[in-house]
Amino acid sequence: MERTTIDLWVGIFAAAGMAAILGLAMKVGNLTSSSVGETYTVTAAFENIGGLKARAPVKSAGVVVGRVDGIRFDSKTFEAVVTLKLDKRYPFPTDTEANIYTAGLLGEQYVGLEIAGLEDSNLKEGDKIKRTQDAVVLEKMISQFLYSKAAETPTDESK
Amino acid sequence: MFSGLLTKVAKVLRGVGHKLVDQLWRFGGAVRFSGYVLLYSGESFRRLHLTIREIYFTGVMSLIIILVSAFFVGMVLALQGYNTLQKYGSSEAIGVLVALSLVRELGPVVTALLFAGRAGTAITAEIGLMKATEQLSAMEMMAVSPIARVVAPRFWAGVISMPLLAALFSMVGVLGGYLVAVPLIGVDNGAFWSQMQANVDFREDIVNGVIKSVVFGVACTMIALFEGFDAPPTAEGVSRATTRTVVNSSLAVLALDFIMTSFMINP
Repeated sequence: MERTTIDLWVGIFAAAGMAAILGLAMKVGNLTSSSVGETYTVTAAFENIGGLKARAPVKSAGVVVGRVDGIRFDSKTFEAVVTLKLDKRYPFPTDTEANIYTAGLLGEQYVGLEIAGLEDSNLKEGDKIKRTQDAVVLEKMISQFLYSKAAETPTDESK
Repeated sequence: MFSGLLTKVAKVLRGVGHKLVDQLWRFGGAVRFSGYVLLYSGESFRRLHLTIREIYFTGVMSLIIILVSAFFVGMVLALQGYNTLQKYGSSEAIGVLVALSLVRELGPVVTALLFAGRAGTAITAEIGLMKATEQLSAMEMMAVSPIARVVAPRFWAGVISMPLLAALFSMVGVLGGYLVAVPLIGVDNGAFWSQMQANVDFREDIVNGVIKSVVFGVACTMIALFEGFDAPPTAEGVSRATTRTVVNSSLAVLALDFIMTSFMINP
């Protein structure tokens, strides 16, 4: 076969392979969404984080505004301290509340930020979100429900 | 009677020892062979047209089988995955399932298995036949090292082609999965891609897949080259060497895959 033809085909092959790797990185992977430029870090303490994992999304009004950077256990307060990396483009007031929600009934858990909007100053690098709400633990909810049912029953009978 | 038993036992032991020593010699030969290939690989880059020619034969000629099987693997993954995921009410996760299984495992592994069958056997048969027809000895007579001239370009061609083929496999597989999941089954287009992008990590999944495919490329090509170079110079010898290439490459790929995965997945 002609040498130039072979060169051309190998060139096409190499270019297609490179494009496939690039396509995987951009379209399939998170290379575009994880490099959101400048971020600032805030922490939030939860009594129970449920199944929250590092790299879970942080959402506000349903929009991804950052990611969970790390989770550690504070042995003094016995709380889970979650580090959140938030996009610099989105400032949040200091009275923002951090909640742990579940996407769908059994889906992955994410941190939701809700804004009360009573204060004017914004969260800065290294700040701590004071108001938090823990993850809903299904077993806890069921047992609470059962207890309240059990508490109700005698009053029903006394009627 | 007792001495008769003793000689029988000794005979069996000698047989076992002979096999073991033979295998060790062969293994040592393979290691020395790999060393020589690496030593002479400078040559394959100095005469780049030799390597490019081999990339054409191992890489470009394997494209059709790789792309067609990738397409079907992707479509089957989407069908099977949807069937199960739908029972748990999370059919949107189909994109994650298809992408992760292709990028992490099926892309590199199936490509390597097909590569061993398509390109590895060709390499073994070609080099074995060159040896049988004494082309390699003729080269040595002319003071041309057959390892530098014949083996090293094929090695680098295989190592370069494998990751590119595996990446194409994963990409085409994802497209096949997309075609089944979104237009055919009717999964939401946005959910398909966004869930995929949220769960496939560049460093953890895609780069690890590429690393795997490079390692498989080295293993498959080296096994094919050694089997060809080591084949007895007869028709039967070449045919056996070709069979051994496929068997050994497949086993090596699966074993290496398990070892690498156990290092890459840290729970």
